[in-house]
Amino acid sequence: MKEISYREAIREAMSEEMRRDDSVIMIGEDIGVYGGGFRVTEGMIEEFGSDRILETPISETAFTGAAIGAAVTGMRPIVEYMFSDFMGVCWDQIMNEAAKIHFVYNGALNVPMVIRAAAGAGTGAAAQHSQSLENMYCHVPGLKVVVPSTPYDAKGLMKTAVRDNDPVIFLEEKLLYDTVGEVPDEEYTIPFGKADIKREGKDISLITYGRMTGMCLEAAKKLEAVGYFAEVIDLRTLSPLDTDTIIESVSKTGRAIAVHEAVQFGGFGGEISSVIMESGAFYKLKAPVKRLGAAFCPIPSAPKLESNIFPSADRIYSVALELLKK
Amino acid sequence: MSYDVNKREISQDLYGELLYRMIKINRFEERLMHLYNEGMVHGTLHLCVGEEASVVGSTAALKTEDYIFTTHRGHGECIGKGTDINLMMAEILGRSGGTNKGIGGSMHITQPEIGVVGSNGVVGASVPISLGAALTIKLKKIPDRVSVCFFGDGAANQGAVLESMNLAGAWKLPVIFVLIENQFAVSTPPKKASADPDFVKRAMPFGLKPFEVDGNDVLKVLYTVAKAREYVINGGGPCLVVEHTYRVSGHSKSDTNSYRSEDEIRHWTERNPIDRYSKYLLDEGIMNKEEIDAVTLNAEKAVEEAEKFAVSQPEADMTKAELEKLVYAD
Repeated sequence: MKEISYREAIREAMSEEMRRDDSVIMIGEDIGVYGGGFRVTEGMIEEFGSDRILETPISETAFTGAAIGAAVTGMRPIVEYMFSDFMGVCWDQIMNEAAKIHFVYNGALNVPMVIRAAAGAGTGAAAQHSQSLENMYCHVPGLKVVVPSTPYDAKGLMKTAVRDNDPVIFLEEKLLYDTVGEVPDEEYTIPFGKADIKREGKDISLITYGRMTGMCLEAAKKLEAVGYFAEVIDLRTLSPLDTDTIIESVSKTGRAIAVHEAVQFGGFGGEISSVIMESGAFYKLKAPVKRLGAAFCPIPSAPKLESNIFPSADRIYSVALELLKK
Repeated sequence: MSYDVNKREISQDLYGELLYRMIKINRFEERLMHLYNEGMVHGTLHLCVGEEASVVGSTAALKTEDYIFTTHRGHGECIGKGTDINLMMAEILGRSGGTNKGIGGSMHITQPEIGVVGSNGVVGASVPISLGAALTIKLKKIPDRVSVCFFGDGAANQGAVLESMNLAGAWKLPVIFVLIENQFAVSTPPKKASADPDFVKRAMPFGLKPFEVDGNDVLKVLYTVAKAREYVINGGGPCLVVEHTYRVSGHSKSDTNSYRSEDEIRHWTERNPIDRYSKYLLDEGIMNKEEIDAVTLNAEKAVEEAEKFAVSQPEADMTKAELEKLVYAD
């Protein structure tokens, strides 16, 4: 075991995959000597050269399309967008092309590509550089959606993403890049569609992913101090979704909060809630299922304005207490 | 069948084959329109009557291994590249024996094994994807292969296309942009939609080698695209070929031609590339009337056979679960 950062874990996974398989290439803006928008690809161009670390003009549509075309003809491209918000620029290529090719061509073509992008708020970068739009991606059949919360998960999931034969949206949370965690020295992968119980508990299920996993763990600690044991489920991949783990946990605890950084209205919490309602777990509920997400507004810049719109550990704690008293 | 780009010579059998392909495409499209009116086509149709010389000349200049990416109006390019019209007709009539088992319909015909990597329903969207196939050719150093994207004067103003021209130039990709200028983006003519409708000029800022050709002259189109292909294969970089033609078909099956006169359509119908080429073959003594009639009959028979095959196939029917299973490869 060694301790590395979330950023290093992603870089390690990509580098190992590029050493293993010549068809893996990277495509993105400033991913060469500059090291990418968040320094994730630092040093990779020195090892792999400019034929495999392909630096592009600021033309998300053109280079996303190029990645799709390379993928259907035998390469395994990893695309980097500096910010996930910029998927708006080239959404047609992702939503109408990458996601649909395998289906409309009746399985004759595969699109093995990874779309990496920095997501999430907390950096004061405001409305166009801070969003969590995963629900948009989840709503498109054909895309897979991954949001790792730890260096261990980031590495294992990235390796799976590169080997997967479908387009995978891999969301990297900006505030997690510098977080560190233990990662095995030996090779490992993490399957898609398998949630991770980050903390076991019997009283309430906090179902979450990405940066909010840390918030939920913090809230769980506070709950323990007052005698309640919260189970924290990190979904890790939203599409495919591990519904079994959600249902099993809520069947046990009888209480659930779905927590995410994305806007609450129309957010993934609604899906989590429905999974519970439509299953046997519904009959075990002791309190209504709650959702906690961001306010229904674009993301403001100044620190207090920004943090005020997101769930916090305190807010998760207090909502959990309300449910636990029911 | 062969052609010599430099001597501008083609073999006798290729003369006949070009005529055959043009007539086959024409009759295929006309028959589809008829079948649509009979209520046999579920979905829309974008036909390429009038553009037969552009699509046949362009695709005849390519090799089977070359990748092509085409548009919503892509039947012609697919047939030109060699896609089985039996399977195409079945696809468009929603039959399980279609190229895509009825999942794609008219706008998504594909046959990867002969380089038809796909037709595409979004205007301009297949152009960026064609760069990726070119990138694969470049990175894997695949010899004697090019990637070709077809698009129209409407798509020419899409950001996706302009971005792609730049990226192809910046990366010197082995790609040929074939702009079939058919005079209408649905109803909008180039002079109304483009700041400068001289599309050949667009090659200049992006470092593309420009070519321009009368798109209704099948032999000139063949030689021009063959020249462009040779340029790309020899490492010259990407090319832009502008082919001037006229879309006699309406935009789609629901077009009422409100934006053009009957006289205008008649003018171009009278100058259709098939009659023009037939006259050339006769005048030059390359083929006689009987031979031309025989080619015409063969092409018409092939379309009749395609229809027979298509209607003999069961209607495409997959369960919700089967369809959901097809969404992902893994």
